[in-house]
Amino acid sequence: MGVGDRDEGFIELDGVEKVFDVRRKAGFLRRERHQVRAVDGIGFTVPRGEMVGYIGPNGAGKSTTIKMLTGILVPSGGRLRVAGIDPSRERTRLARRIGVVFGQRTTLWWDLPLRDSYGLVRRMYRIPDARYRANLERCVDLLDLGALLDVPVRQLSLGQRMRGDIAAALLHDPEVLYLDEPTIGLDVVSKAKVREFLREVNAERGTTVLLTTHDLTDIEQLCKRVMVIDHGRLVYDGGLDGLHAAGESERTLVVDLERELPPIEGVAGARTVKVEGPRQWLAFAAGQSAAPIVAAVAERYPLVDLSVREPDIEAVIAKMYAQRSGM
Amino acid sequence: MVEVSVRNTDGPAREEAEGPGPRLLHGLRAYGLIVAMWVRSTMAYRTSFVLMAVGNFLTSGLDFVAILLMFSHIDALGGFSLPEVALLYGATSTSFGLVDLFLGNAERVGRRVRDGTLDSLLVRPVPVLAQIAADRFALRRLGRVVQGLVVLVWGLARADIAWTPVDVVLVPVMVVSGAGIFAGVFVAGAAFQFWACDASQAQNSFTYGGTTLLQYPPTVFSRELVRGVTFVVPLAFVNWLPALRILGREDPLGLPGWVDFCGPAVAAGVIALSGLAWRAGLRSYRSTGS
Ligand SMILES: Nc1ncnc2c1ncn2[C@@H]1O[C@H](COP(=O)(O)OP(=O)(O)O)[C@@H](O)[C@H]1O
Ligand SMILES: [Mg+2]
Repeated sequence: MGVGDRDEGFIELDGVEKVFDVRRKAGFLRRERHQVRAVDGIGFTVPRGEMVGYIGPNGAGKSTTIKMLTGILVPSGGRLRVAGIDPSRERTRLARRIGVVFGQRTTLWWDLPLRDSYGLVRRMYRIPDARYRANLERCVDLLDLGALLDVPVRQLSLGQRMRGDIAAALLHDPEVLYLDEPTIGLDVVSKAKVREFLREVNAERGTTVLLTTHDLTDIEQLCKRVMVIDHGRLVYDGGLDGLHAAGESERTLVVDLERELPPIEGVAGARTVKVEGPRQWLAFAAGQSAAPIVAAVAERYPLVDLSVREPDIEAVIAKMYAQRSGM
Repeated sequence: MVEVSVRNTDGPAREEAEGPGPRLLHGLRAYGLIVAMWVRSTMAYRTSFVLMAVGNFLTSGLDFVAILLMFSHIDALGGFSLPEVALLYGATSTSFGLVDLFLGNAERVGRRVRDGTLDSLLVRPVPVLAQIAADRFALRRLGRVVQGLVVLVWGLARADIAWTPVDVVLVPVMVVSGAGIFAGVFVAGAAFQFWACDASQAQNSFTYGGTTLLQYPPTVFSRELVRGVTFVVPLAFVNWLPALRILGREDPLGLPGWVDFCGPAVAAGVIALSGLAWRAGLRSYRSTGS
């Protein structure tokens, strides 16, 4: 069986669960035991070379999923394969083929300068010399690490450290890159650099990327496909546009008329939600084209200017959650 | 698309360590890499290193100074002369020093389990134990080994020994098996911290998340445990019995003579058991909620 056969289900999960036994102090010497279903039967596949966003509120089970995909945690149930390997059984074998970045903690050595950390990574992964040099040069260049190579990791700022971590995770040319909240706490410039770099890695190297985040701009700028997880279950898996439909999100057409008029009426598929002097706001389904609505308005009203506002994806997801818990 | 997959597959398709033998070699190699790097980075501050090593030599020598002081009042301790005591003490101290040097940092695993930083070791293609043991390798601990060796050699030279070829072999065997047993106990102590932390963490991780449990000192606890057990067991079976034979003494327990040569087997057994405990501990690792 060739490599090609595994490309469609390069990352493959089927009914994966992780249950944590939690004991809590409940008074003197008394312990309450209960179970947290951090991941509660998740299934999805990611083909080779895709860049996927994995989002959800705090405590949804994103990090736990990543930890199972790297072999750090042993799943409580279900089937899980990465490049045909069962991560928790063959963790060290898989480690050569994956790169991992945790936004919350570094995988580098605190007391060493980046350069030494990278040298150690090179030997641990047995990266051939030429390849190591080429990869390092590229990372240093794109992530702007040149001035940081001789600084001990503990002295780096969060953004610098994150860039250093991302470089470390890519020196051995991993086939998959997992990033758990890679932009958390970063300044705007670092965020932009990281995004730019990830896009490049995915496009040029064909590296499969799975990325969890709070920042929906990350997803909008990087991922065509997004998975939403809530309470350990997958509640959405599809394109970004489909997410809007699922969340019943609406776009807004803002029109400036020649003069103040009563609310616009009789435009199919749109309703006026706000009037402020000559300016009016019309909401319509995100999946629908704006063209016929604009045409209908222009036909009957003195139109001066217009703009279309995209829905706030944050609100879309909130709406999805609200729907779910309402059910 | 096809092109992409071709480009990315040539790298990792490398020979992998399989079975216990190659795995051990693989681990030792990784251990060596990390140790070499720490040694290089300590050597950047050479003076401070020398001072620390000498300090280590002196403080570990204080034990023996106490014995010397005792002998300034008496001629024999439990029927043993000063050189004989030096031999016993030196052998144990050397064994312990070797393990403290090579595995001393294994007890740090407790902290890593509690704060979840073990995660980053688990994603590397290298056995976790090798990474843990080599982390912040401190060459200054060589001071204790040197001190132990000095005392041992002095004892061997001054004690009244009728050397036989067997005795000559028995001395290094004694020291190495002692180190083996200490190593096993160290690893078992480290493995024990997975459970210790798990028990204490369980109450807190849910409420406080990742930064929990600094109030729990399993490290301190297991350190004492390790030190206590390590001195009793090897003294009895690994150092004591062969040392008595070398000195031409009667074994007070009256055990059969072949027991004197059991050190290596006992060490191998202890190491194997502690290895199993370590694997079980690692598999029960649950990281921390963020
Ligand atoms: N090591 C652990 N022990 C106990 N509970 C945990 C542990 N790790 C995660 N959890 C719990 O599992 C749930 C999911 O956590 P996590 O995967 O970290 O969420 P996310 O990354 O989406 O914020 C949370 O309720 C969290 O408290
Ligand atoms: Mg998380």
